[in-house]
Amino acid sequence: MIHFVLLISRQGKVRLTKWYSPYSQKERTKVIRELSGLILTRGPKLCNFVEWRGLRVVYKRYASLYFCMCIDEDDNELEILEIIHHYVEVLDRYFGSVCELDLIYNFHKAYFILDELLIAGELQEPSKRTVARLVAAQDSLVETAKEQTSSITNIIAQVANV
Amino acid sequence: MNPFSSGTRLRDMIRAIRACKTAAEERAVVRKECAAIRASINEDDQDYRHRNLAKLMFIQILGYPTHFGQMECLKLIASAGFPEKRIGYLGLMLLLDERQEVLMLVTNSLKQDLNHSNQYIVGLALCALGNICSAEMARDLAPEVERLLQFRDPNIRKKAALCSIRIIKKVPDLAENFINCAASLLKEKHHGVLITGVQLCADLCKVSSEALEYFRKKCTEGLVRTLRDIVNSPYSPEYDISGITDPYLHIRLLKLLRILGQGDADASDRMTDILAQVATKTESNKNAGNAILYECVETIMSIEDDGGLRVLAINILGKFLSNRDNNIRYVALNMLMRATTLDAQAVQRHRATILDCVKDSDASIRKRALELLYLLVNENNVKPLIKELIEYLEVSDQEFKGDLTAKICSLVEKFSLEKIWYIDQMLKVLSEAGNFVKDEVWHALIFVISNASDLHGYTVRALYRAFLTSTEQETLVRVAVWCIGEYGDMLVNNVGMLDIEDPITVTECDAVDAVEVAIKRHTSDLTTKAMALIALLKLSSRFPSYSERIKGIIVQNKGNLVLELQQRSIEFNRILQKHQKIRSALVERMPVLDEATFSGRRAGSLPTAISTSSGAPSNLPNGIAKPATAPIPDLLDLSSDDVPAPSSSGGDFPQDLLGVDLSPTLAPSGAGKPPKASTDVLLDLLSIGTSLPVQTGSSASDILSSSQDDKAPFANFNGLASLSSLSANATSPVNAAPMMDLLDGHGPGPQKPEENGQAYPSLVAYESSSLRVMFNFSKQPGSPQTTLIQATFTNLSSNVYNDFLFQAAVPKFLQLHLDPASSNTLPASGDGSITQNLKVTNSQHGKKSLVMRVRIAYKTNNKDVLEERQINNFPQNL
Repeated sequence: MIHFVLLISRQGKVRLTKWYSPYSQKERTKVIRELSGLILTRGPKLCNFVEWRGLRVVYKRYASLYFCMCIDEDDNELEILEIIHHYVEVLDRYFGSVCELDLIYNFHKAYFILDELLIAGELQEPSKRTVARLVAAQDSLVETAKEQTSSITNIIAQVANV
Repeated sequence: MNPFSSGTRLRDMIRAIRACKTAAEERAVVRKECAAIRASINEDDQDYRHRNLAKLMFIQILGYPTHFGQMECLKLIASAGFPEKRIGYLGLMLLLDERQEVLMLVTNSLKQDLNHSNQYIVGLALCALGNICSAEMARDLAPEVERLLQFRDPNIRKKAALCSIRIIKKVPDLAENFINCAASLLKEKHHGVLITGVQLCADLCKVSSEALEYFRKKCTEGLVRTLRDIVNSPYSPEYDISGITDPYLHIRLLKLLRILGQGDADASDRMTDILAQVATKTESNKNAGNAILYECVETIMSIEDDGGLRVLAINILGKFLSNRDNNIRYVALNMLMRATTLDAQAVQRHRATILDCVKDSDASIRKRALELLYLLVNENNVKPLIKELIEYLEVSDQEFKGDLTAKICSLVEKFSLEKIWYIDQMLKVLSEAGNFVKDEVWHALIFVISNASDLHGYTVRALYRAFLTSTEQETLVRVAVWCIGEYGDMLVNNVGMLDIEDPITVTECDAVDAVEVAIKRHTSDLTTKAMALIALLKLSSRFPSYSERIKGIIVQNKGNLVLELQQRSIEFNRILQKHQKIRSALVERMPVLDEATFSGRRAGSLPTAISTSSGAPSNLPNGIAKPATAPIPDLLDLSSDDVPAPSSSGGDFPQDLLGVDLSPTLAPSGAGKPPKASTDVLLDLLSIGTSLPVQTGSSASDILSSSQDDKAPFANFNGLASLSSLSANATSPVNAAPMMDLLDGHGPGPQKPEENGQAYPSLVAYESSSLRVMFNFSKQPGSPQTTLIQATFTNLSSNVYNDFLFQAAVPKFLQLHLDPASSNTLPASGDGSITQNLKVTNSQHGKKSLVMRVRIAYKTNNKDVLEERQINNFPQNL
């Protein structure tokens, strides 16, 4: 099972955190600090796995961002690499060649996508198209709701004007 | 409208935070935003709730506290619209976790949303439940989730399946409710549902043996068929990853098959064909394919199999190991480690490659490889492998040296074929990475050296040589100093020269120089310095002509700030000055150390004191030889129970004293006997109290009182060392406990005599040239708090005392009653006495001891005399 997902920038800034196992706020800060120290200092040619507190952290760097997932010792590290790539591809498709700024300003979107991909630390959907479709459907629900509110506001405004 | 919340949108806030140049600036912006959000929350501002929460989430990701926003999540979740709920659930998952009480409040909203007509809202609720639900919520909402496993939309079914995993992990009792629904998910065609269903089955098997049996019987065939279908399926763009259709599904199916096949030959047999197919047909040039192969290998090695498949699996790992991709090599090492238990011979073939991996530049790979190599070492290959590892030790990274040293030492000890090989290898490790060597390792080395009597000369010379070249390694210095102290004469006279040795000329002066270097090194710690001091003392006897110089070095430590060193140097100085005659006997060579006892202790089983002491007396020529043993804690055990510890060594290693003293009571067989032990202690204590002068009695009780207060029993050991070894026994916590009971007069058994008041020694409360006051104590049965004191006054002068008046005062926790005196005239020259009875009630009985201020007034030769005195030396337990 995946215990948590972290997105950390090259400079050590946290861009996204998702915890599937309980960690208190204090522990979270500590975990992030420890792992940034471990991962950001590793050279480019080294393997993508770090052993940490009896668990394994699988990380992969995309441009300036490190995607990290912490798993149990008996999980399949190579598969986690695929899951990270899976997530990145969905993000890429959603934002249209995603960059770090997209994830900063639309962090909630990144979370919505992640929630369609993983639940309870397990993979939910192997099809990128299905994930994209589900996220888009929910986005359009939000849009419709917004339009309705604004049209109601307009009507009220018009009535008031009359 | 709130003046703060008006302006900033989420985007503006993020921009403002990103524009901050320093952490302080960022904190200021965040503080301002948080203030605005709080204000808005207090106004219950509905329009901005959803924006506020979004901002809070961003602030939370940055690591600032956001607990004040938790209720906002609940409000958003409770509102009707999808956008509010969506952001509310996201906030819930980010801002809360299962351990917060607030989370319980959301149970009802979740229940409603799980039954909502909008499937996306159902999806949101399932996602939140799956990610953060607590055990209580799991119990409350399990029926809803169970129902949703049959929901018409597959996207809800898959979410419900993962949610069920969380539920059964939190509440394993609920597992049986999910077994049937989970089994039906395995027949699904939708990949999302299938993947999550397989995962759910795997997790059910982990928590319920009933589920495992059920799936093994009913589903193995089906799963094998599904795996075959997916392996042979034609290209499907939706699920294709580098030429393989849905590797995630492959992996999960293999994992579930592993669980089903483990320990069941029949189920294993049914899956061998498809496993062989996956192992041979899967493309291994991309990560996805390797991930499947990796999983397949693990399954093959876990299930019951005759070995044909295993050869295939280990060959795959061999291929992995020679892959250039570090990730693949890493997992190969990982798997080979598990394979060693199955087929060590096959793994041995890759030894050379694994050894290369130990020297890899990648720390993760090095660590794995070292652990694997450790398992592969046997009698046949230990010598070359250790040689390689020690050579690598010289060039390895600092942070890797700790691990590497520990493993080398452990291997060398495990496979110590010949003593000379063991000593050689350990010396190499000590010189290369002595600072990483653990205490028990160099202790063990000293044991081995001590036992290898034919190698003493060789070892001390080798150590001397190593010491000259590298004084940076603390443990090397210690062992060298110990050996020079013990075998210094062999160093100088080239005793026991081996053929392989280069001749070396060391003068007595050189040997003393070496120890002097060790004691003066700035990096030497207390242990090293203490060992060096002892070595010097020993050398003074080995090389009498250097005695004066050694004395000079020892005296330099007379002012050392560390009490231990200061005391030792003063004592040793005395030995050198005053006790020339016994010196050579004092510092004789250590007797051969008992390896069996030592290894027994290392294995974690404390030898009983009986077994230790049986060997000790014959081994030890004299009890005073102990200064030399002091640095090695374990040695002390051998000698600590034969003779009363001289003050010079007893205090050195309180832990070990303690360890020995405790062992009779800790040993399981002794569990029934402690009363006996403590009675002995008691008797001894009492005899001390009666036979020794009052002052000693009270100091003994002081020690007892401090250990009663639980104040660092170790601290007492220095003081105790001067008492008999039996009283040392008394302070060890285990024995002290029954003791205190005894003295309290509350416990059963041996303390009875106390209660009858027989055992209190008389006390000379006051004595001057003219007057002596004796106190006799007794207790009334049944009232331990009250002490009856009979005071007897004796006139030591030659004049009669008239108008004799005795007065006494006590602190508040005591009550004092004075009976009238027998007379007010005290005859001269002890020719008669006055007695007076006192009754003292101690309200802090057992905690505080008596204390009293007395005033005695009388007239002699028509002169008024007044004498005053405070009496503090009452027996402890009154």
